[in-house]
Amino acid sequence: MESDLKLSAQGLIRDYAGRRAVNDIDIRLAAGEVLGLLGPNGAGKTTTLRMLAGTLAPSAGRILLAGHDMARAPQQAKRHLGYLPERPPVYDELTVDEYLAFCARLHGVERAKRADAITRAKADCGLEAVGRRLIGHLSKGYQQRVGIAQAIVHRPDVLILDEPTAGLDPNQLRGIRELVGRLAEAHSVIVSSHILSEIQAVAHRVMILHRGRVVLDEALADAEARDDRVIDIGLRAGPDRSTLAALPGVETVEPLGDGRWRITAAPGRDIRGSLAETAVHNGWHLVELTTHAPDLETRFAELTRSAEHTTAVAS
Amino acid sequence: MNLAVSIARHELRRLFVSPLAWTLLAVSQLLTGILFALSLTDLSLNPQRIGAYDGVSAIVGGGLFRFATVVLLLVVPLLTMRVFAEERKTGNIELLLSSPASLTAVVLGKFAGLMGYLTLLFALVALMPLSLAFATPLDIGLLASGLIGLWLVMAAFCALGLFLSSLTREPTLAAVATLGALMLLWLFYAVSAMEWQPVVFGTALPLGDAARALSLIGHHDALLRGVFSSADVLYFLIFTLCFLALTVVRLDMDRH
Repeated sequence: MESDLKLSAQGLIRDYAGRRAVNDIDIRLAAGEVLGLLGPNGAGKTTTLRMLAGTLAPSAGRILLAGHDMARAPQQAKRHLGYLPERPPVYDELTVDEYLAFCARLHGVERAKRADAITRAKADCGLEAVGRRLIGHLSKGYQQRVGIAQAIVHRPDVLILDEPTAGLDPNQLRGIRELVGRLAEAHSVIVSSHILSEIQAVAHRVMILHRGRVVLDEALADAEARDDRVIDIGLRAGPDRSTLAALPGVETVEPLGDGRWRITAAPGRDIRGSLAETAVHNGWHLVELTTHAPDLETRFAELTRSAEHTTAVAS
Repeated sequence: MNLAVSIARHELRRLFVSPLAWTLLAVSQLLTGILFALSLTDLSLNPQRIGAYDGVSAIVGGGLFRFATVVLLLVVPLLTMRVFAEERKTGNIELLLSSPASLTAVVLGKFAGLMGYLTLLFALVALMPLSLAFATPLDIGLLASGLIGLWLVMAAFCALGLFLSSLTREPTLAAVATLGALMLLWLFYAVSAMEWQPVVFGTALPLGDAARALSLIGHHDALLRGVFSSADVLYFLIFTLCFLALTVVRLDMDRH
């Protein structure tokens, strides 16, 4: 199992002048996996990614990239890494071809394979037509693509993309999203965003960061499957909370006000039918029964809000 | 090492596609050219200045190289400010830091790139006195010593500028700091000329001698006079290597 991991980080901590920006984060990335790093602005996403990319040393913790320790053998580890920082690191005064040639040399692509590597990277990122144009004259979306091309020109095992869709218009956004999807076929990818739909569109697994901590880490399929268990029910002449909570298969009950309740069922049980029957039988005046299906967005909001609350209480 | 060469080539290419590099070359060529023409005119109007010890090489060559050092004082800060300060500001430094190149390779590559450019400037300056060989016999030894001195001064200025550039993320700040530091080195030389020996607690402190030993310009002056001593050359090498090493240390501190 360990050997399948392209990247693993344990107990990452980063302090900035006494302020803890990243607190005890573990990240494991398997081959061919796309991990979405999600969090509000200032949650510690960029700090985490910079540590993984080796441009920032962690205050504590260990990073293994393709089996190489980032602290002890940074040169070997970085050979397997492609990194797109928050701002694409492009030189305005160079043409796309010149720039990619430099990046290929910098990442040790052999001379014989260089032209091929550049052609492939340009094809992957849709840059064929602009090879001879100055990067400074390209639009923001194209500059972003050049930044991604830079990260994949040496075909690294692990690709780290920090907010690849920031500041793009909807068309460019879709283009980059499709590109990340294609890249995932050959690389393990970590992509960060503060926009949930971006992550949902490309990632297999989502990790939500808040105030430097991981508040959620699970496969996207699981995150969405759980949603069926939450039921919103409206009862005009309803009973009190304890009566509802005592019903078979009910795990939690939460009042929504105005005779409406949010009920979470025990795992693996569909209680909608029995719930309706009970309501009718007891004359509770059933007016509404829907699966609530809180999407990831609600959970994201809840997680980041509740974590805020706990920290406020703790401090 | 390959990576350092790649970085040096990249640096050179970036310099030559920017108008700054060409403008700096043109301006310094214009200034040194005017000085060269003036000193030749002066010599032809007052031929009695050529004596038993000072020939054309010493008067024209020495004067030109001294002036070229002043021009460098202004050119080098403008070049070095782009290297780390500007790359940090634009975020492009992340590209180098996340690449397999070690910090030493990055610093050496940048240094070599800048020196490549400065060597071109150097060659253009060197051609002026050497062109006199068509008209008059020259003291090649004296000129060579002066030229080696000029090149070493370039390397020293460049290393100091790179270090100061690595301290900040504001290019203008880096340029001003480098200019200030280079001028300080100049003032240091003025102290050495004063034979200043203040007496502290009954002991005379040979500040003048100390300043002479430490001053970059003082060591350069010896070479300009045609005195080629390995101590002077060693001084420049140590100065340059020290500041390059400090730059590596400074960049490493950035990660922590």
